[in-house]
Amino acid sequence: MTHTVLVTGVSRHIGARVASVLAADPGIGRVIGVDTVPPSPTRDGGSLFGRTEFVRVDLRSPDIAQVIAAANVDVVVHMSLVSGPARSRSAMKEHNVIGAMQLLGACQRSATVRRVVVRSTTAVYGSAPNDPAVFTEDGEPAEVPHSGYAKDASDVEGYVRGFARRRPDVVTSTLRFANFMGPGVDSPLTRYFTQPVLPTVFGFDPRLQFVHEDDGVEVLRRMALEDHPGTFNVAGDGVLLLSQCLRRAGRLPLPVPSPLFRFLGEVARAGGRVDFSPEQLALMCHGRVVDSGRLIRELGWKPKFGTAAAFEDFLRSRGISGGFLATMAGA
Amino acid sequence: MSDVTRISEEGSAGVPGDAPDPSDDERLAELFSFLRRRLTGEYEVDEFGFDPELNDKVLLELIRPVYRHWFRVETLGLQHVPADSGALVVANHSGTLPVDALMMQVALHDEAHRAVRLLGADLVYQLPLLGHLSRKTGHTLACPEDADRLLRKGELVGVFPEGFKGVGKPFSQRYRLQRFGRGGFVASAIRAGVPIVPCAIVGAEEIYPKIGDLPALARLLGLPYLPITPFFPWLGPLGLVPLPSKWLIEFGEPIRIDDYDPIDADDPMLVFNLTDQVRETIQSQLDALRERRGPAFPPIF
Repeated sequence: MTHTVLVTGVSRHIGARVASVLAADPGIGRVIGVDTVPPSPTRDGGSLFGRTEFVRVDLRSPDIAQVIAAANVDVVVHMSLVSGPARSRSAMKEHNVIGAMQLLGACQRSATVRRVVVRSTTAVYGSAPNDPAVFTEDGEPAEVPHSGYAKDASDVEGYVRGFARRRPDVVTSTLRFANFMGPGVDSPLTRYFTQPVLPTVFGFDPRLQFVHEDDGVEVLRRMALEDHPGTFNVAGDGVLLLSQCLRRAGRLPLPVPSPLFRFLGEVARAGGRVDFSPEQLALMCHGRVVDSGRLIRELGWKPKFGTAAAFEDFLRSRGISGGFLATMAGA
Repeated sequence: MSDVTRISEEGSAGVPGDAPDPSDDERLAELFSFLRRRLTGEYEVDEFGFDPELNDKVLLELIRPVYRHWFRVETLGLQHVPADSGALVVANHSGTLPVDALMMQVALHDEAHRAVRLLGADLVYQLPLLGHLSRKTGHTLACPEDADRLLRKGELVGVFPEGFKGVGKPFSQRYRLQRFGRGGFVASAIRAGVPIVPCAIVGAEEIYPKIGDLPALARLLGLPYLPITPFFPWLGPLGLVPLPSKWLIEFGEPIRIDDYDPIDADDPMLVFNLTDQVRETIQSQLDALRERRGPAFPPIF
């Protein structure tokens, strides 16, 4: 049986990669990629997407329902969750939350959709000092995120659970990804690591976890093609401390007290570069680690890149190597 | 260069101290390779943030002189600590500042060759510096998820069920075990099917004799208590020097709980009874050990 797959968020890196890998699969009839903006002109749309048909749809509008109905879509991969504000926080929230509501509403009315895969983030667990060291999917965070990207993802997950209740016949998978890392990833965190001097919160050394983009794409591909209902954490094996990341990147830490760190974050936010919310400050203090055991058991497959390997690949691709710290150590 | 690498690899392969008197060159080479690893971040931490190398080579190294020469700690009953499987060490807690936790850690690391993973109070992880240092030395937050996870991985987990009630009790209450909370640690041990090793620590009670408390100021600072000792705050920072009491740490015969089923962890009666049993065991162990030690300080005091 051939599938028609709808992929949202294809104008962003991971979305584009998922669309192209699905388009390369002969078992799939059609791949329809939608996004609010056309794929960025620097990327050669044709070769990147393969035979993906791009449809420009504002996810916040009900138009998406027409796309789903017209093409008899049976698999929906929802990746349109943005972490950086396009223009403002309210625009970002609308994009994330209203977009997901419209899409899920359309899926609920559709008679053809049989599988829905939603990209979420481990940020839904928050980061707090009184959290367990390692989150499993059943774990309740000590504090539910109440702002920014994490709150959006948390809200979206709520709608997905509602959808799964109303349409038990549709296989619904929610994937909580750790921070993406890799050659093509452009996120607040990757931008952070490419600066020459990195502000850190004085007195804290958070544990971080990354998932390589290749592994992320592979997980999404498998989820789109096979039935794996439920919620799954997706993270590379192992952890890196922020201090370790900085040393591996050969970058100098600039420890600042947390109020100053918050201020710097607000400045960066005003510059429109990142969405800086209290959750980001919490992450830079307390870190976050999740257990991907459920995913590994379910898929019988393990991410190829551990956290350290993913970070190394990112550093290599950006030409960041040990820097002067390594030179000093090697001397 | 290749020579240096070769030597340092040989040096790090053996257990430190077992090597037959390494020459100065070798020691220097090892130091350089250690510094290189630290500067380039080429070391591993586990998912709890435990950094074994930093712990052994730096953090414990700082406490070892206190362990050996200041408190002259002696350990007993090391045969009761499992060599490589999971177990829960339950100990009494005292001393105003949790120095006993550090001493127990050195004892288990150096004498039993086990890295103990202590379960600490929330407060530790909220504070700058203390939180991440605590994780780097292998400890984590006292919560059932973390306890279960560590025990399932076969780690040696340590708890002080008295918590702040124990460590912050007045000097007049010394060597009297406080209430043991809800016995969450017993439930964790039952779920993981690991033995409970009772541990008595004698000596910590005398390091900072707490004769008073400043509750209002403590509340203001968000601390569980703010002690007054004969020397603190009167002598300022000098009052923070612990008194050199003589210490004994004894690990008792493990309390086996593997004949219980993991679902028994949900039976409050059973958990309470076992908690009581552990508490009484430690109390009687503590009384005997205190007798055995004799005076905390040499007669000149």
